[in-house]
Amino acid sequence: MIPRNARFWTGAAAVIVLAVIVSLSRANEYFFFAGFVVLQSVVLATAWNILGGYAGYVNFGTAAFFGIGAYMAVVVINATGAPLAVQILAGAAVSGLLGLGTGLLTMRLRGIFFSIATVAIIFIAETLITNWRYVGGATGIQLLRPPLMEPFGSYTRMLFVVMAVLAVIAVSIARYIETSWIGRGLQAIRDTEEAAECSGVPTLKLKLFACTVSGALMGAAGAPLPMYLSFLEPASSFSLNYSVAALAGAIIGGTSHWLGPVIGAILLASVQQIVTVTIPGEINVLVVGVLLVVFVVAAPDGVLGLLRKLRGKLRRPRAPAESPS
Amino acid sequence: MALRLTIDGVEAGYGAVRALHGVSIGIGHGETVVLLGANGNGKSTLMKCVMGMVRPTRGSVTLELDGQTHDLTQLSTEQIVNLGVSMVPEGRRLFPKLTVEENLLLGAYRPAARAALARNLAFCYATFPRLTERRRQLAGSLSGGEQQMLTLARALMTEPKILLIDEPSVGLSPLLVTHTIDKIRELKERYRLTVLMAEQNFNQAIRIADRGYVIVHGRIEYEGSSREDLGNNELIHKLYLGI
Repeated sequence: MIPRNARFWTGAAAVIVLAVIVSLSRANEYFFFAGFVVLQSVVLATAWNILGGYAGYVNFGTAAFFGIGAYMAVVVINATGAPLAVQILAGAAVSGLLGLGTGLLTMRLRGIFFSIATVAIIFIAETLITNWRYVGGATGIQLLRPPLMEPFGSYTRMLFVVMAVLAVIAVSIARYIETSWIGRGLQAIRDTEEAAECSGVPTLKLKLFACTVSGALMGAAGAPLPMYLSFLEPASSFSLNYSVAALAGAIIGGTSHWLGPVIGAILLASVQQIVTVTIPGEINVLVVGVLLVVFVVAAPDGVLGLLRKLRGKLRRPRAPAESPS
Repeated sequence: MALRLTIDGVEAGYGAVRALHGVSIGIGHGETVVLLGANGNGKSTLMKCVMGMVRPTRGSVTLELDGQTHDLTQLSTEQIVNLGVSMVPEGRRLFPKLTVEENLLLGAYRPAARAALARNLAFCYATFPRLTERRRQLAGSLSGGEQQMLTLARALMTEPKILLIDEPSVGLSPLLVTHTIDKIRELKERYRLTVLMAEQNFNQAIRIADRGYVIVHGRIEYEGSSREDLGNNELIHKLYLGI
């Protein structure tokens, strides 16, 4: 167990160090614009997977938690002008509370009914923000970026590193949940909720916990958005695209392991970024849909499932003595 | 260890449908009590009332344990499991996409059982050697008999003081039913486990019963104070043999 843990933490540290080094290099500014979006989708897919993958509660409300996180950052900027770290914490806290509230209201719903209820949250949140003048209302709000922080050469470069740190935090939390009794309990809920209850799994507490953590991470992912765009308006902040991308990233990568959403989100967001700059129009949204359909039909266990199958095939010829039973 | 489960005047149901009309039964330490009745007479509902999965609209469910009295109607299912009440649900509710061993580990979710996990796992594998062979296999791929063994073993992983078993015979061949009942008897005799078993297979159930109740349309129609008593009862003859 110890070597595997050490390997994970070394990898996590390496990712952050790499992000810092790249951000200090002379790489093209566009790389950081795109990289920020890719890392943001890693956080979203990982957060989605905690509830949707481990516990099997398919959440379409990612956009709501993400958007609320972004707008909480605006509130913090308007009210106090506090730095980015505070904005992120505020976004995570409020979205976490929203997750807890959603869990309390929807915990009796299962399957498709839960999913429908989560879609409703997006519209509620968007309507509230649209009618709230303090954060710009329907017209949106223009924001001034604070002065540059040493040693970063541009604000986008700094945000890129911040998002890399958030991604590492999100993945570490997901991995901790997955390998602990919490993850085991969520897995039981996903498989047969009634049997989980009989075994003494605190199903309600675990579901609420998953809702809260998942929501908080989505909120944290949204908080840097206002500074990234220097402008925020409700329609695009609460776009259903965020919900679909988070879910698609996790499903394409594979939901059973923390690595799945990471692979899926990087793959999906990178392809989308490439398509965005090479083909005009909204083709990049189509890419998500097509990839999702292809994976759901052809590889329901995602990239990880494909890799596992491949490894099994490679191994089989070496062990022909194994009985067919 | 003093232990007694008392169900007193329980009424319960689902929405407008009432499944139980004032049921009162009791189970003492080390006893095996059977709840006899055909499908749809309220056996499972009564079990779920004990587990806190269905809330009675009237009546009480109390557990006396080491001098303390617990009102089970006020506790959540996980708190009830934590007290040492465990249920083997009807229809072999397993975690089909998890392995046999993962199923067993989930049985040990309650904190007290986690501490003794290794010992209980060894005990389960010793009691059900078949599961040892299958430990890495998905539970959904096991045969019906093996699945029933696994549900029993999973319940034992919680270190229960009282084990509720809901219809262990459902969907099993006669030979496997006999085997399952033998296993329950073995557990009860060797570990003095307290058992409340709901069953419609009368002939199998009275093989291990110390006493029993007959439930008809949500009411206890007969209380048999011994195995012989149950075997000779006219109501049971009428219900099960049609004479």
